[in-house]
This record gives sequence, structure tokens and C-alpha cells, in this order.
Amino acid sequence: MNLTISLLLGTLFGTGLAISGMTDAAKVLNFLDLTGNWDASLAFVMGAGLCITVPSFYLIQRRQKPVLVGRFNLPTNNTIDLKLMLGSVIFGVGWGLYGYCPGPAISALVYFDWETALFVLSMAAGMYIAGKVNVGLTLVPVDSTE
Amino acid sequence: MPADFINATLGGLMIGTSAALMLWLLGRITGISGIFWNAISDSLNHQFSGTAWRWFFIAGLVAGTLLAHQIFAFPVPAPRDAGPVLTILGGLLVGFGTRFGSGCTSGHGICGIGRLSSRSLAATCCFMASGIATTFVVRHLI
Repeated sequence: MNLTISLLLGTLFGTGLAISGMTDAAKVLNFLDLTGNWDASLAFVMGAGLCITVPSFYLIQRRQKPVLVGRFNLPTNNTIDLKLMLGSVIFGVGWGLYGYCPGPAISALVYFDWETALFVLSMAAGMYIAGKVNVGLTLVPVDSTE
Repeated sequence: MPADFINATLGGLMIGTSAALMLWLLGRITGISGIFWNAISDSLNHQFSGTAWRWFFIAGLVAGTLLAHQIFAFPVPAPRDAGPVLTILGGLLVGFGTRFGSGCTSGHGICGIGRLSSRSLAATCCFMASGIATTFVVRHLI
């Protein structure tokens, strides 16, 4: 049951990624290139996504528990620290170099381009390496009432 | 051009709906980088049953993309064709950064901001800014 739902939700997500244009690396780079021939359309992907998640997440989190499992499984870290910022900046550099973030990279495997497979493998390697490195410096402690 | 905006909006609505249903039904955040990495690391540690849902979600991602092109006859994008060096470098940075920064465009951008997490808002500002800066340097300065 839960596995079927995961499969269906992944399918909905993947269809959305492909339709939105996020699996087109060149288009993503045109979106990030503000001073070039800017393609603003991809801003509507996150914009439209947030139109769904902001109100629905608010309502869903008022529930005692999710529909099919015993409890919510949510991140508990509320600290804006150097690790978060540094990691996100590094992710952005890779994204701006190539044009794929993780979701579209995995989705684009279906195009059977060897480069995409190499990208996804390198991504896994990068994640492995990240687990071996540690930085601990809190920049902004955030109130934990999130 | 207007078609691009409509497609982006439709795609964004589908992505947001998927994330909302995930939280409502299974109580989880739809962060692709986390799903991908935990699927791999759990499997390497022989913990298959707890992580099977992640593999199913990943299979769905690929199947959904196939569906979009098959059913909606959506044109397949041109290959990036960046060469092996840039591909490996890009992949390493995206992988390292998303694990180090605990999330990517979906986990922080769509879901984290969706639940009004200041941590995710900070992360999203960081990767958007560095993505824009990197593209600027590559396309206009080098």
C-alpha cells in the first residue's frame, strides 16, 4: 500500500519535473542566467509548488498524525549554521555549472544519455564524501518554535 | 514563450501536490537528495525494507518523466553535452552540497519553505544566489 503510494507520488513528481522544463539542463541555465537571454518561466515551478505546499502543509501539520503511518517524520534541526549555508552554496555552484539539481538529474536518466548517468553517479560520490567532512559553527540560533 | 510559463506552472502544481500528498499520507518531506542518498546508504547497510519506499519513489520519478514524454508527447530535451570533466565536477558539487546542506531544490525550496522553515529559506537563498553567480561567471566572465 505505502509502496504503491510512493511509486504513484514519485510518478506525479517526475511528470511535473518533465512538464515544467526542469529536466532540460540548458533551459535551467537560461533561467539562472539573469543577465543573458533570461528564461523566467522556471521561477513559476517553485512559485506554483509553494502555492500548494504552504497552505496544505499548514493544514496537514495541524493533524495529530499522517493518514497512513503513526507519526510525522520531519526535520528537527532549526539552526542556521555554516554547514547548511556552505553546503547550499556548493550545491548552487554545481547546479549553475551543469543545470541539474538532484530530482531532474534522476528523472533525466530515462533519456538514456551517458552523461546523465555519469552525473548521477558523481552526485552519489559527492554525497558519500560529504558524510566524511564536518564543520561545526553556528551562525544564527533560531527559536525552536518552528 | 507563454506555453513555457503554463508548463512550468502545471509542473510546479504537480510537484507541490505530490509533496503535499506525501506529507498528508506518509508524513514525510519530499526531498529528492535525501531520498536518493538514504536509499543508497540504507541499501549498502542491507536495510532494504525500511527504505524500499524510497526506491519506489525514485522509480516513479523516472517513470513519470517517461510518461510526460510518451503520453503528453512532450519533446525530449537536447542532451547537455558538457563533456565528462564538467559532468563529474557538477555531479560531485551537487551531491556534496545537497548532503552537506541537508537538502536540495525540492527538500528546502518546495517543502522546507512550504512549512515555513527559516533554515530552508536560508538554504534556498544560498543555492539560488550561488547558482545565478556561477552561471554569470561561466557565461559572461570566462
